[in-house]
Amino acid sequence: MSKSNTILYLDGVSVSFDGFRAINNLSLVLDKGEMRAIIGPNGAGKTTMMDIVTGKTRPDEGEVFFDGQVDLTKHDEAEIAMMGIGRKFQKPTVFESHTIEENLMLALKGPRSIFPALFHRRSAAEMRQIDDILGIIRLGDKRNEFAANLSHGQKQWLEIGMLLAQDPKLLLVDEPVAGMTDAETEETARLLKDIARDHSVIVVEHDMHFVRELGVKVTCLHEGSVLSEGTLDFVSADERVVEVYLGR
Amino acid sequence: MITGRFFAAGADRRIAITIFILLAVAVIVPLLNLAVSPANAFYVPSYIVALTGKYLCYALLALALDLVWGYCGILSLGHGAFFALGGYAMGMYLMRQIGSRGVYGNPILPDFMVFLNYKELPWFWYGFDHFWFAGLMVLAVPGLLAFVFGWFAFRSRVTGVYLSIITQAMTYALLLAFFRNDMGFGGNNGLTDFKDILGFNVQADATRSALFAASAVTLAVAVFVTWAIVGSKYGKLLMAVRDAESRTRFLGWRAENVKLFAFTVSAVMAGIAGALYVPQVGIINPGEFEPANSIEVVVWAAVGGRGTIVGPIIGALLVNAGKSWFTGVLPEFWLFALGGLFVAVTLLLPKGIIGMWDSWRGNARALRAASIAEEAGADPDVQPPAKIVRSAARKPGDWSASSPEPQPAE
Repeated sequence: MSKSNTILYLDGVSVSFDGFRAINNLSLVLDKGEMRAIIGPNGAGKTTMMDIVTGKTRPDEGEVFFDGQVDLTKHDEAEIAMMGIGRKFQKPTVFESHTIEENLMLALKGPRSIFPALFHRRSAAEMRQIDDILGIIRLGDKRNEFAANLSHGQKQWLEIGMLLAQDPKLLLVDEPVAGMTDAETEETARLLKDIARDHSVIVVEHDMHFVRELGVKVTCLHEGSVLSEGTLDFVSADERVVEVYLGR
Repeated sequence: MITGRFFAAGADRRIAITIFILLAVAVIVPLLNLAVSPANAFYVPSYIVALTGKYLCYALLALALDLVWGYCGILSLGHGAFFALGGYAMGMYLMRQIGSRGVYGNPILPDFMVFLNYKELPWFWYGFDHFWFAGLMVLAVPGLLAFVFGWFAFRSRVTGVYLSIITQAMTYALLLAFFRNDMGFGGNNGLTDFKDILGFNVQADATRSALFAASAVTLAVAVFVTWAIVGSKYGKLLMAVRDAESRTRFLGWRAENVKLFAFTVSAVMAGIAGALYVPQVGIINPGEFEPANSIEVVVWAAVGGRGTIVGPIIGALLVNAGKSWFTGVLPEFWLFALGGLFVAVTLLLPKGIIGMWDSWRGNARALRAASIAEEAGADPDVQPPAKIVRSAARKPGDWSASSPEPQPAE
């Protein structure tokens, strides 16, 4: 299989923790500009896969390539983030004692060393970028609120906004609509579809309604490897998927 | 640009007031000691000058600890080590100044070396006859130790309780090392019997006043520097690492470097505190490395309010004043009182004195707002007081009142 024109290329990846094979010979290819939804039962290895891609976990074997040529197994979290992979955690993780604006400021693409940060002054260009992102994530009226005061759904959006501020090429979004109302879920689907226009995105989600809303190719993971892949209709018609995940 | 922020209207008035008070004290106390006759009611006795000078050094140490504990969540139980190393560097300079006035009259070797049959000055004592060199070492030795220690610890992602334990082990190891006579630092007697600093008699009232003023001014500078660091984008990053370290990593920041910088700056501040402390108390011995000392610093910061700049200073001054009083009245109960204080503060004032003050003021403001609203005939339910308290105590830019709480061991 050719790696060129892929944004993410996993081949034969395995990792085990204390003998438990969390990821078992997993192969997954994401084309540039593609949005993919990943579903699967608990413990299927969805979050571990993200850990491997973002450098938090090293695979025991297998190849992980970003953008066709960068071997991600040789880099750590910060380097991978700088290359252009952004990650949203399952539990919304924002800087609660900072305001929305400062959260975004810390996420904005730019130098990541200590001394520039020490003598940093916010520029008009940065403020414009922040304004844009605040518009996209619909938190414009809350820019000086502390992140701790946001609702669960708003924190999810802020975290997505922080990913956007990083300006990554690939976004890994783990359960973006967990704990959201139906209206918020719909809004989030729209937001992600917007983002997918000029980014590659992987979304992990349990909410089948939301996945349908996204209308993209779906991969179902089970016990650390790909069980089924295709359109949502194809995957949800798959006997094995019904067996282990969707239920009869 | 930093000064611009400093003089911006209403920006951190508390910091400005603190700096102003410290600078004023640096002028007034020496004046009241030197220029006022002992019969006058405003006379400040020399022992008070020396005592408060010592407290100011402790306050600087507490502020240094708070930079890493309050703002970055690194609970160092070994900050006394950096303080003591700075103190030893200053002590070595003071020893070399004694010259031939020592008991044995050796112009090169300090008394303890003659006593221990040293034939020549160990290499690491070279240069300490110059003040500038000693001053450099005051900064370099604690800074370098913190850098190397932090480099390994933070890179290996040692956090929380484990980090606290190894910092404690570090100061204990140094304690044992400095107790040894062949280390060349005077063994368990340490360095003492100082005569001159920069040519002035360390015992003289004028010198003591000058040291007091130097301590107060240094503390004022440290308050400003800490405030500038904490208010910068780096400072926000520091707190971000405290609250959600993995998030900062996945944003591309190197959390280990963020911590390392703060830890090193903090150690240098602690070293300066030690260097100012030693000429004022007239002795430095391995007892300063005692783990219990480092833990006491944590209590000061906690009492005053960690994660604030003024809090640790107030905490250090109050607890030490209390200690001086208590050890005079009921010496055998002091440690119980200290332990009880720590438990009480943790249970009753989790944000320390400053935190309590802020929330009390927030409450008062909310009550006033509510009563005004009532008088105006507005519906008081429109703005529930609880919400006002929150926003009053936590207005944007007010880092001191940041919540959520820094986790004690993370």
